[in-house]
Amino acid sequence: MGKLATVTRRTLLVGSAAVAGGVAFGYWQYRRPYANPLLKQLDDGQVALTPYVRIDAAGITVITPRAEMGQGVHTTLAAMVAEELDVELEDITVEHGPASKAYYNAALLEEGVPYPATDHSAAAERMRSVMGVPAKFLGMQVTGGSSSIPDGIDKMRLAGAAAREVLVTAAAERWGLARADLDTARGSVVSPSGDRLAYTELAVAAAGIEPPAAPPLKPESKWRLLGRSLPRVDMISKCTGTAEFGIDVERPNMLYATVRMNPYLGGPINRFDATKANAMPGVQDVFAIDNGIAVIATNTWYAIKAARAVDVDWGAGDYPATTEAMFDAIAASFNADNLDSQLRDDGDVDRALAEADVVEAEYRAPFLAHAAMEPMNATVHVTDRRIDIWAGNQFPTQVVKEATRLSGFDEDAVFVHTPYLGGGFGRRAEMDFIKQAIKIGLAKRGTPIKLTWSREEDMTHDAYRPAAIARLRGAVADGRIVALGLDAAALSVSESQFGRYGMDLPGPDNSIVAGAWDQPYAIDNYRVTGYRAPAMLPVSSWRSVGASQNGFFHESAIDELAHAAGVDPIDMRLAMIEHSPSRRVIEAVARRSRWGERRPPGHALGVAFVLSFGVPTAQVIEIAVSERQVRVLHVWAAVDVGRALDPRNIEAQVQSGINFGLSAAMSGEITVVDGRVQQTNFHQYDGIRLMHAPQIDVDILENGEKIRGIGEPGLPPVAPALANAIFAATGERVRELPLNKRFRFS
Amino acid sequence: MQLTVNGTSHEVDVEGDMPLLWVLRDELGITGPKFGCGMALCGACTVHIDGKPVRSCSYPVQAVRGNVTTIEGIGTPSAMSAVQQAWVKHQVAQCGYCQPGQIMAATALLQANPAPSDRDIDAAMSGNLCRCGTYPRIRAAIHDAAAQLVEDD
Repeated sequence: MGKLATVTRRTLLVGSAAVAGGVAFGYWQYRRPYANPLLKQLDDGQVALTPYVRIDAAGITVITPRAEMGQGVHTTLAAMVAEELDVELEDITVEHGPASKAYYNAALLEEGVPYPATDHSAAAERMRSVMGVPAKFLGMQVTGGSSSIPDGIDKMRLAGAAAREVLVTAAAERWGLARADLDTARGSVVSPSGDRLAYTELAVAAAGIEPPAAPPLKPESKWRLLGRSLPRVDMISKCTGTAEFGIDVERPNMLYATVRMNPYLGGPINRFDATKANAMPGVQDVFAIDNGIAVIATNTWYAIKAARAVDVDWGAGDYPATTEAMFDAIAASFNADNLDSQLRDDGDVDRALAEADVVEAEYRAPFLAHAAMEPMNATVHVTDRRIDIWAGNQFPTQVVKEATRLSGFDEDAVFVHTPYLGGGFGRRAEMDFIKQAIKIGLAKRGTPIKLTWSREEDMTHDAYRPAAIARLRGAVADGRIVALGLDAAALSVSESQFGRYGMDLPGPDNSIVAGAWDQPYAIDNYRVTGYRAPAMLPVSSWRSVGASQNGFFHESAIDELAHAAGVDPIDMRLAMIEHSPSRRVIEAVARRSRWGERRPPGHALGVAFVLSFGVPTAQVIEIAVSERQVRVLHVWAAVDVGRALDPRNIEAQVQSGINFGLSAAMSGEITVVDGRVQQTNFHQYDGIRLMHAPQIDVDILENGEKIRGIGEPGLPPVAPALANAIFAATGERVRELPLNKRFRFS
Repeated sequence: MQLTVNGTSHEVDVEGDMPLLWVLRDELGITGPKFGCGMALCGACTVHIDGKPVRSCSYPVQAVRGNVTTIEGIGTPSAMSAVQQAWVKHQVAQCGYCQPGQIMAATALLQANPAPSDRDIDAAMSGNLCRCGTYPRIRAAIHDAAAQLVEDD
């Protein structure tokens, strides 16, 4: 109340239009679980009611508390608020905002339930709704799992509607008119006679009004912004070099740092000699940090150059010395002791196979690096009173947790700033680089330090997409798949990643089988079993997570079985899938690609279908093959997101997932020799380039039961569609990724 | 030593072998050019020296002869170049980190070749990596910018 009084007094002093600090509105339909985090970062003379809408004299700011890492989430989340608030996107400022449990992600855990996304039975829905409770309790503000849109669609619109309600009430009181007679348009309340009061003028009065419990939302038929392709709020800054990424953060009197960590991941540092490095230009300090060394200098390049000059004796890592030995360990995991899950077990696969000609195959997928364009970096400034952290990150509340652990500061003294992310893909949910920057900042208390990794550090110290092996035993009869048993073994992402967060996640790891167990095929005898391989390299979420490898395994298997049955691959999928939205994406790509029509000599098509993150996604790829040289010409994709909020952005995300997946399918592979990751930079671990990038056509369908996010689902079908096309062209079934082990790409 | 960037002359006091990128970013605070690989493999650091595209992460500052132009020098949010306008029209950027380099490469291409074919675009742009895979829109934006520049002439 004191703060509100301060604002009111200052407002009276400086005039009605000037809201000195700002007023924040927001609303979340459920019980208010956490304090409004904006309160923590307001200066004297500012007030804040709730977490998503802040208004001050300068204008309206919408808080979009998810990482903008390219997926366009700031634009779509802001559009949800703007839709209900009746403001235009170009009239507002959009900010990521602070770290807070109030911004917890309720949708992330919903899809972790042991029911496929296509199961809308009462039991499945009940369990999904219950997942909101641990989500709230954990208070994890996290960006991932294609969950920002389903998580935001209600709460962001409610935040806009609640703010609009109190602004209208404030205007009604100001004018002495009935609320019902007032309308809103473009950031103002409008009276029946056409008088206008800008929201900025009403904000202070509105701040004293309690928002309604359930503000009405516009019907979809009245939407002006949602459902349309909008210019992205970050587009102009990103095309003019003015967007601020973590690596661009500058603070007064800042110094620059880099680290060089043990190439034997997790191994100790036995001793180091920095005599030479300390004498190099610009070097301020060299010291040991965890299992490596940190160098502080007056320029990042001086730091990187000096780090290379430090003589270090590294201790060994605690994992097999070669990729081959790691695959041996994965292959040895198909046993009862390593059994992790059997989320699907329909009919009796063993009995069905006993009576049939069994189709058997084994598939392999390699470790993969995230290789975001912006190398890992973080800037930290520690003073006696507070610690400020600027870092492109996907998990701000975990940053707070790590900072309190390392520094001893209270949560209230930790301030996390999340600029744009130069790519995330799951990598920036990791805390390693941020913890290093905090430790360096604590060692250099009082001086802001920007830690930047070299590309070599980034590529050789990733938490990788796990390597995995899958074994198929299946059978066909009368043009149908009658039995499909798929055993998948992989390193556990949840064990590795949550272990690093200091959390113990009991129970099976869904990622070992995601993209395989949860597919909408109606196969009478159908079993998917997950086996947990031992921990080796650190592994983590990599765009589309388990579906990135299991989509390849499962859809290669379906293609093999279709071939064994002598049935067209599209026809087989349609014969085995009843789920209507899934059927329709398959039909869409068949139609768009003119599947079944004659192609030029050397050309062939491949198809794949994967349902991930609730989105049925089908793709057909056309390739041209000559002399074991493959050119990817064209990809037709169809996705079903339930309700398409921004079609042009959805198209961009599907194209992005396809190109990211093609990079991996064609050449992506992290290997280890003598305990060291072999790939150090883009010459050894490249992404697809423009000259190899195919034409990509995207159909967006809206037959699905729920609204869905689209950052990831475009990826999983790419690798199997490409391998299936290669089979169609050559008769050669490639069961191991990357495909350039067997074919060249041009 | 003396360095002219976007028309402004700067006196910089650094080791001569420091790559131009790190002079721009850490000495002059010009952060549009990005650090991606440090080996001229990804193109995120692309700037112009007298109109020619160079990978500033691997270009020693002592070798710079001529005027340096960065993404900040070809247009601003309120006065974008034709290439930047085409980028916005086609909504090219996703994470956006590589786009300053992409735009500088495309700008140099169009200055040398006002009507590039797809093959010309392939050759000029394949040194610039985009992990978000914005390539379909990059190609469309370059064609669009080329048409716009012809129209403006």
